[in-house]
Amino acid sequence: MSESLGLLGIPLAILAGTLRGSAPFLFVSLGECITEKSGKINLGLEGTLLLGAMTAYGVSFLSQGAVGTFWAPWLGVVAAGLAGMVLGAIHGWLSQQPRVNDVATGIAMIIFGSGLAFFLGKPFIQPQAPQLFTFEWGAWSSSPQLQSALKVSPLFLIGVAIAPLLHWFFRATRWGLTVRAVGDSPQAALAMGISIFKVRMASIMAGSFLAGIGGACLSLYYPGVWTERISSGQGLMAVALVIFARWNPIQCLWASMLFGGAQALGPAFQSVGIDSYYYAFNAAPYILTLLIMVITCSPKQTLAGSPGALGKEN
Amino acid sequence: MPNRPPFPFSVGLSRRQALRGLLATAAFGAATKLSGCTATDTGDSPAGEATGAAGDVVVGFIYVGPKDDFGYNQAHAQGAQAMASVPGIKIIEEASVPETSAVLETMRSMIEIDGATVLFPTSFGYFDPYILELATEFPEVQFFHAGGLYQEGVTPTNVGSYFGYIDEAQYVAGIVAAHTSKTGQLGFVAAKPIPQVLRNINSFTLGAKTINPDATTQVIFTGDWAEPVKEAEATNSLADQGIDVVTCHVDSPKVVIETAEKRGIFSSGYHADQSSLAPKGYLTGAEWDWESIYTFLGQQFVEGKTLMAGDIEHVLRGGLADNFCKLSPYGPAVSEAAQADAEAARAKFLDKSLVIYNGELKDNNGNEILPAGKEYDQQNIALEKMDWLIDGVKGSTGS
Repeated sequence: MSESLGLLGIPLAILAGTLRGSAPFLFVSLGECITEKSGKINLGLEGTLLLGAMTAYGVSFLSQGAVGTFWAPWLGVVAAGLAGMVLGAIHGWLSQQPRVNDVATGIAMIIFGSGLAFFLGKPFIQPQAPQLFTFEWGAWSSSPQLQSALKVSPLFLIGVAIAPLLHWFFRATRWGLTVRAVGDSPQAALAMGISIFKVRMASIMAGSFLAGIGGACLSLYYPGVWTERISSGQGLMAVALVIFARWNPIQCLWASMLFGGAQALGPAFQSVGIDSYYYAFNAAPYILTLLIMVITCSPKQTLAGSPGALGKEN
Repeated sequence: MPNRPPFPFSVGLSRRQALRGLLATAAFGAATKLSGCTATDTGDSPAGEATGAAGDVVVGFIYVGPKDDFGYNQAHAQGAQAMASVPGIKIIEEASVPETSAVLETMRSMIEIDGATVLFPTSFGYFDPYILELATEFPEVQFFHAGGLYQEGVTPTNVGSYFGYIDEAQYVAGIVAAHTSKTGQLGFVAAKPIPQVLRNINSFTLGAKTINPDATTQVIFTGDWAEPVKEAEATNSLADQGIDVVTCHVDSPKVVIETAEKRGIFSSGYHADQSSLAPKGYLTGAEWDWESIYTFLGQQFVEGKTLMAGDIEHVLRGGLADNFCKLSPYGPAVSEAAQADAEAARAKFLDKSLVIYNGELKDNNGNEILPAGKEYDQQNIALEKMDWLIDGVKGSTGS
């Protein structure tokens, strides 16, 4: 059995929590980043996250007989992304109707997505679905704590790779320019002959695809179950995180890791005997979200980096 | 040829008629609700078609979460299935009903539409004000609630309370845990510092200390009943600190047990049998045994006994001896010596010769809880107001 780590356990837990828990934040925030760059907000990603988690778990469980326990979770990941895209398509169509507010539609999509996930997910609460494999980066170490902390999910690595790719996409490609044009100045984009509807629809669907995969991280990697309380607001936090990251995919990556690590704070402190204020530590991610909102929100000015058409009637 | 109206028109007309009919039905329903519904048990059996065989007692079960959560709700749902097998009982169920006015609507429709005469709203938060409100409105319907909230003379007589001293099973699980642990460090993932939870933590620790007086229990409070990510983090943090047996008190222990198995440490279950989740590390677990008490109550209902007439006691309590709770079958890692000690303690609970809380007891700040020679028996009200952690527990009840 392993030795006790004592106070060293705190940085280790935060490192492990970052590696384990930040993937859902990362995928949802990157998805929201794409969506908001096109000038629409999708609050419904909380519902997308839940539907993605349920779909991934269900598909992984049901397909394990047909494709084996290695590929079944990957099939689940793809299915989660596709399920997210379907929700995204609904939001994309609804939120672009005349005089329809995208925030209100998003809230409706939270309720719809989570309701659908709860309804279809009933039979998957109890069974155990095959989980995604992890890279054992800690195999060199003799410490079981380190070995466990350095189990890295391929999904997390994919997310880390997507962030700079997305940054490059927005900065250096024609399609990226198109999305930014639609988000910053729809009138100019229209004059260029770009279909605002199509670009926004594609952006919202792509964003929802990523958010669905974020759900798959929850149910197929960590904590690796499907329950109705699996997301605990992570989808909404990720939306706030995009503002914190100033719509910059690279900063989304750092912000997600900060939030992932913050989740580990409360349990890690208690495990070494620092048990005062554990409610405050447990609430760390939520407090962080609120602080970001307070610091960044101002009615007088828009934030640097904010897409020009975001939240406007158009 | 008869002069018929064209087909679409006739459809439109019938649709309009159907709508009118629906509206009238809804208005009638609303009127009966508002009038307080006194006609529940008239001779012509208003719920005849829903009850199946005539004369069956319809019993409604309401759960706060899904019925197969490996936890609190699953334990109740299994009990409900056992009651359903009593001849003359028909059960109806609704899962995932939040502790809001939604449960009022569920209870009302079970009574008015399905003809339920006995209700088991199982979650803690259903009681006040929802059960109390409907119990006054439907004095002929019996309400049974799992919790400790019945007050003689204050609570309506058609409300009963039942609950088990599951900490007896936790005590035995603590004995098994201390036997199996190599480090003497046990872990407990708990939701909130309320008396029922603290009692389980303390009893688990006291059981462990009978085997290893130096055993400690590290507690981590996650803050809520269902926090999957925090429960997984808590279990990982405990494993990082060298703790090699974890147990928990959360709504669904699935995450804790699975994470412990992944980390290669032992686990002890709660609420229901989770042995299938951790075939290697599962030691035993404290399970509710609602099947026996629900079967017993079902037989009483069929015989026509009621709370209101005083045939059924308003407060039903019991531990291992009264089949309110039980232990999961021992896992492969449990040694024979551990089994022997655990069975010895269980036998003492069965003949009621073992009292968990006997002096001298100190809390983990060194304050005396109980002087030498005194004891708290299970029924003692002081145990239902517990706000301390026993010496040997690492953690704090304050926030």
